[in-house]
Order: sequence, then C-alpha cells, then structure tokens
Amino acid sequence: MADGRVVKGVRFQELREVGDPVELGAAYSDAGADELVFLDVRATVDGRPALVDLVESVAERLAIPFTVGGGVRSVADGEDLLSAGADKVAVNSAALERPELVGELAAAFGSQAVVVAIDAEAGCVRSRAGTTDAGRDAVEWAREAEARGAGEILLTSIDADGTRAGYDLELTAAVAAAVDLPVIASGGAGNARHVAAALGVAQAALLASILHEDPERLASLRDELRGLGVAVRG
Amino acid sequence: MRVAICEYGAGNVRSVELAFHRLGAELVDDVLGADLAVLPGVGAARAAMAGLRERGHDAALRERFAADRPILGVCLGLQLALDWTDEDGGVAGLGLLPGRSVRLSEGRVPRMGWAEVDGRGAFYFAHSFAAETPCATAWSEGIVAEARSGSFLGCQFHPEKSGATGARYLEEVEALSRSRV
Repeated sequence: MADGRVVKGVRFQELREVGDPVELGAAYSDAGADELVFLDVRATVDGRPALVDLVESVAERLAIPFTVGGGVRSVADGEDLLSAGADKVAVNSAALERPELVGELAAAFGSQAVVVAIDAEAGCVRSRAGTTDAGRDAVEWAREAEARGAGEILLTSIDADGTRAGYDLELTAAVAAAVDLPVIASGGAGNARHVAAALGVAQAALLASILHEDPERLASLRDELRGLGVAVRG
Repeated sequence: MRVAICEYGAGNVRSVELAFHRLGAELVDDVLGADLAVLPGVGAARAAMAGLRERGHDAALRERFAADRPILGVCLGLQLALDWTDEDGGVAGLGLLPGRSVRLSEGRVPRMGWAEVDGRGAFYFAHSFAAETPCATAWSEGIVAEARSGSFLGCQFHPEKSGATGARYLEEVEALSRSRV
C-alpha cells in the first residue's frame, strides 16, 4: 500500500500500482484467504500514520483477520487502527528505534494483537521500508520482540521479495527456531511448492505479487496446496 | 434483534459490530435491555476488567445473567466470564461460569490461526490463555473452544473473523437468543 493504492515491487524497489485496496481485500476474503495483511509502506517515510479511512473501508468488507501496519509509533496510533477495524497492529521502524513500544502495545491490546514486522536483507534488519540499516541481526531482534510481548513475527526477506523464486527458507527457519511465537514467512512466493516449503518451517505464509496480478489464483493455489498434502481450510 | 456490544476501551470491537450488522441486527447501547449482549474479546484481562467496571458493564452483565437473558462472550470475553484468569498476574472475572483461565503451555503461544473445532469446522483463534471449566461444550486440539452456563455462551475462537463458518455460528447464536427472549 502506498498513496491509497495497492503497490508491489521487487526487493522493495520500483513499486508498481496493482489495484484498489478495498476491492482486492474483499476479493481475497471471498476467495478463501485465511488472513489479510495491509502495510502502508510509505507511512513512516512520509512521517504520518497509516490511512485510517482506508482501513475502515477495507475492514467493512472482511470476515477474516486483518493486520494493519505502517507508521505506528504509539499506543494511540495502534488504537486508531484497531478502532477502524484492524484486528492486529504491525510495528516495524518505530519499534526498532524504541523497542519499549512493543511492550506498550501488548499491555494495551494483548500480545495477540501485536505483530512485529521484520524486514531483513542478508540476515540483517532494515527499517524505514528497507531504506535504512537498523544495525541488528534478524534472529536476535525477533527474540527481543518476543521477550517484549510480540504475538507474531511477520518476517519479510528483502532479498526474496517480489522475485517469485521462493521464500528465504534459511532465514525463516532460523527465526522460527529462535522464538516460540508464530512466524509468518513473507517474500518470494512464486508457486504452491514455495508456499508448501515455507509452511514447513513457518506457521503461515504471506502471498502478494502472484495474487495481486491475478486474485483468482488464490483458489487454484489452495487446491494445489491440498494436492501437496498441506492442510488447507474449508 | 437488538444486540448490545460491551465496549471497554481496549481496541477492536469494530469487527464484532460489522459481523452483527451483516446479519441484520440492530446495534444498541443498552447492555441490560438488549436481546443479546456481547462481551467481545480484545485486549488484556486487567485493562479489560477495569474498562468494564468503569462503564458499569460488569454489573449489567451480572444482572442479565441472573435474569437468564442471553450473553455471548468471545475469546477474552469467555475468559472474563470465568471466576478467575491467571493473565496479568491474576484478575478476578465476572464469575458467570465456574472455572479459570490459564496460560497455554503447549505449542506456539499465542495460538494464532485457523483450527478445527471438533465437529463444527475451522474457526480463527488468537489467544495465549484458555478456559478450564466444567461447562465446556466444544474443544479444539484439546483446548476448550466453547462453554455454556445458563444464558451465557462463550467461544474461544473469533466467529466474527471466521468467514462463512463464523457467520453461520453467529446466526445460530442469534436464533438461540431469540428463543430465550
């Protein structure tokens, strides 16, 4: 998400507009997505909170869990997103700058509503939509996030993002082994085998590029996953 | 059907509102007088209990329960209806049903995601604590997924986030409430 539209790039670069967030969100919900994650990737860089009105419009059409992130710097920011209809708040850059934020959000909303999003390149954490070296190791930061009260880790491999060449299994497995929290693998999905492999090391797998260009693909992917022996709902 | 959702200042009651709105319910503020009162499940136990007390919802819910009027508790809403929860160092609950809420000890915690509720299909769960109660009526992976006592019905999963299966569940709750009104 950027400027009110759904965007997707490759390795966090060359963001391309792919659609309307409300329409895409509803289409994914109807097509059997287990969950929707909505990240306003320009919010921190632009120095503003995520677009609450847009969150409200997307939430109205959803009957599945909805995670929203982007520009969350305080409990008040989190409150705004939750009351607009988000179920979980994702934090990234602000938590790297001030790790206490994770604990504050968990105390206010419960750990189950706090997702710590980690963007990693070669195992190192990057903040501000991948533009800044956060000077931390991804595994070590995931561990700290857990200790501070995170409920879930959304782990995006910048190296794999948008490439459709498969998830970064090594990084994902390392993080999943380091924490007892559920880990969502993100970045690199190109086909059902990739997703099945990610689900072998993580508790959930995020899909973006391959769905955005063809939302119908979700239904066939679910069938293919079933064929690969992955438990798929419904 | 007039449904009152107990807001207690701890985040998202919006998805519960939307779910009942989709079912055609009229949302009202009167927790005592509504056809169905819903105690939603968001936030942490201590803050939630304090929020309920601040708004007088604790007394209203106890009064409803004594009058045998329907109440639905979702997730934390189920846990708060018990005598006690171990969360946040220990917090006394509403005591609408016997038992306590204890921290999950197996698997990844919080337990997040879709899971089968025995015989009922897959529902969405997001919790670190779960009920231990003699009033359990459904289980998921050995964890109490639903409990009933008198006019109180509690579910550990989030029907409002459980797609079509969840919508059907809420429809049944509505129908059950209607029969008690």
